[in-house]
Amino acid sequence: MKRFIGFVKKEFLHIFRDYRTLAILFGIPMAQILIFGFVVSTDISNAGIAILDLSKDEVTRKISDKIISSGFFKKTGDLLNYNEIDREFKRGNTKAVIVFEKDFGNRLVKEGRASVSIIADGSEPNVATLVTNYTMAIIGDFNRELNGSAIEKSMLIRPEVKMLYNPELKSHYMFVPGVITLILILICALMTSVTITREKEFGTMEVLLVSPLRPLQIILGKVTPYFLLSFINVLLILALSYLVFKLPVKGSIILLLLESMLYILMSLSLGILISTISTTMQQAIFISLIGLMLPTILLSGFIFPIENMPKIYDYLSSILPPRYFIEIIKSIMIKGTGILFIWKETLVLIFMTLLFIGISVRKFRVRLD
Amino acid sequence: MRTILFLIRKEFLQIFRNKFISKAIIGVPIVQMLILVPAITFEIRNINLCIIDNDFSQESRGLISKLEGSTFFRVSFATWSEKDANNELHRNRCSMILNIPSGFGRDITSGKPSKILATVDAINALNAQLSWAYLNGVITDYNREIITDNIGSNPPVPLRMVDVTNRYWYNESLNYNYYMLPGILVILVTAIGFLLAGLNMVREKEIGTIEQINVTPVRKHQFIIAKMVPFLLIGLVDLALGLLIGKITFNIPFEGNILLMFLGSSIFLVAVLGLALFISTMSGTQQQYMFTAFFFMIVFILMSGIFTPFESMPVWAQKFDLINPVAYLIRINRMVMLKGSTIHDLGKDILSLLVIAICFTGFAVRRYRKTS
Repeated sequence: MKRFIGFVKKEFLHIFRDYRTLAILFGIPMAQILIFGFVVSTDISNAGIAILDLSKDEVTRKISDKIISSGFFKKTGDLLNYNEIDREFKRGNTKAVIVFEKDFGNRLVKEGRASVSIIADGSEPNVATLVTNYTMAIIGDFNRELNGSAIEKSMLIRPEVKMLYNPELKSHYMFVPGVITLILILICALMTSVTITREKEFGTMEVLLVSPLRPLQIILGKVTPYFLLSFINVLLILALSYLVFKLPVKGSIILLLLESMLYILMSLSLGILISTISTTMQQAIFISLIGLMLPTILLSGFIFPIENMPKIYDYLSSILPPRYFIEIIKSIMIKGTGILFIWKETLVLIFMTLLFIGISVRKFRVRLD
Repeated sequence: MRTILFLIRKEFLQIFRNKFISKAIIGVPIVQMLILVPAITFEIRNINLCIIDNDFSQESRGLISKLEGSTFFRVSFATWSEKDANNELHRNRCSMILNIPSGFGRDITSGKPSKILATVDAINALNAQLSWAYLNGVITDYNREIITDNIGSNPPVPLRMVDVTNRYWYNESLNYNYYMLPGILVILVTAIGFLLAGLNMVREKEIGTIEQINVTPVRKHQFIIAKMVPFLLIGLVDLALGLLIGKITFNIPFEGNILLMFLGSSIFLVAVLGLALFISTMSGTQQQYMFTAFFFMIVFILMSGIFTPFESMPVWAQKFDLINPVAYLIRINRMVMLKGSTIHDLGKDILSLLVIAICFTGFAVRRYRKTS
């Protein structure tokens, strides 16, 4: 035991000697939480929009003013004819063009109907849909103003909505759990796999292996400091999201911390597994960064909900541990539910941890060849 | 010149000596692209709906079957107990509860308005808003039907109305693959070039082999160029393969000039590799480099506008993207591929990218010291 403590101490010294890595280790999660909290939102705030007004009368001016002044758009220009639309889109600043037909105002008065079309740049589908929907809603408003509330009154079924868990519809309710999940698995897997392969690559592993320390002690000694650092990271992220975004932990904080420890353990054992199959640090970094980053961002339900994907991705993403942890944090932090609601996810994480450790133990070679 | 060629040859030998890396450099981007691109969509399908039908009348059942008939909703659970319904929501087995009050059918047939309550899981705000909008759409349709069926009169026709039609250009059916593929490809190429080039240089430092280069007459810029060129070529090969596969499997359109894309990509790779080498001149160990690079990479990628619209970022973040090479290339590639933009349209972007590339590479050459 005394030997083991000495070894852990040595590892800590290694880590603390490198100020910069340590700073970045804590800096990455902080920066990400802040970036996501402030930068990322899924609303439109100043999308470029151009107007092709073939009628140029009072009504069209009124509608275009209404659209431009809504706060979602900024006007990028007035077009003169249809041929200019393609040019405008190719330059890339304009996301949609609003076209008023000829004689718009007259038609609206005489025939009671006039038509406007929205041509959106479909090369960015999400922006195109948002811009189209917003514009349609604004024109819908205009129609309502024209007609008074006659249509509204005829509606017999009046749906009401309650936005549960996140009544103000803030986007960081989604992103904070996602960022914690992403950062923990990447950092833990990277750190452990690199620190172990480093000893292999430089030949110092041999020194450790001939020492009286048992292989298990070596691995544990390597992992313990990172376990503590990652745990401090979790505390920092939670504190930051509470202080800056007022995101409270609704459920039991103890349970949340315990689950985080489990997830850190899982990520560390994944790192150990990666280190047993890599011979150089480059390889370990390649697997744990390039191999894990995009699948974690895209398939864990972090930004893109799994329900919207084709069915096969539901199965595919079920081998990714982050998917379960996101569910766990969301349940505890935001929904405020207890272990009864997340025991399945917890069991899966425990199983994965054991599996990774099991494979690593089998693959770990005491002798170098 | 000959010196550079020899150095480049040495780099290639070193890279491909590692069996794993030499396979992964080509294999990983292709596999990830094939798997990840079709997964991503902002569209909403299958909103799992939990129904509390306290009325059980012809009208309420009519509404439910109308919802089931729409492409967005799937009734996953029906109950009379609100507690059970909330439980389903907590367990994430449904994302919306629709509560139809008793007396709903009676009120409606007698022409009285009736309220129904939708409870939406709003953790994902965007999804929640869209589901609610879809629900509203279905209910409005049903409203019209009821008015025509039950009361036998047509709903009041508005006197004056602006009709709206809409179209999407360049990607009429809003196929998300067209949008995602150029972006994901750029991210993968960035990740590989950025990580490996920098690691390669730091590794020489860490092992000490850089001393052997430093004592030779190899000049600073020669060394930096030789470290860049192999990864530049690898990046371009990855890009070409990715595009080819995109064409074959996802039938991505190529409206514009491919050469323009490769010009943009080459300048982009020089910028990224320049930054990688600059960071590596300041790092002592591979671990240090990796964490710094990881930090930059994540910031570049998340702010590139691919996952969340550029239009919705605050102004300072949009300003930051002026120095974000990833944002430039994703935009250039998408515009050339889907819209057929030409060099006239993209001149400003390509020029800015060029300035960034020159700056980063310049920093790297300046910072690299042959003497310690």
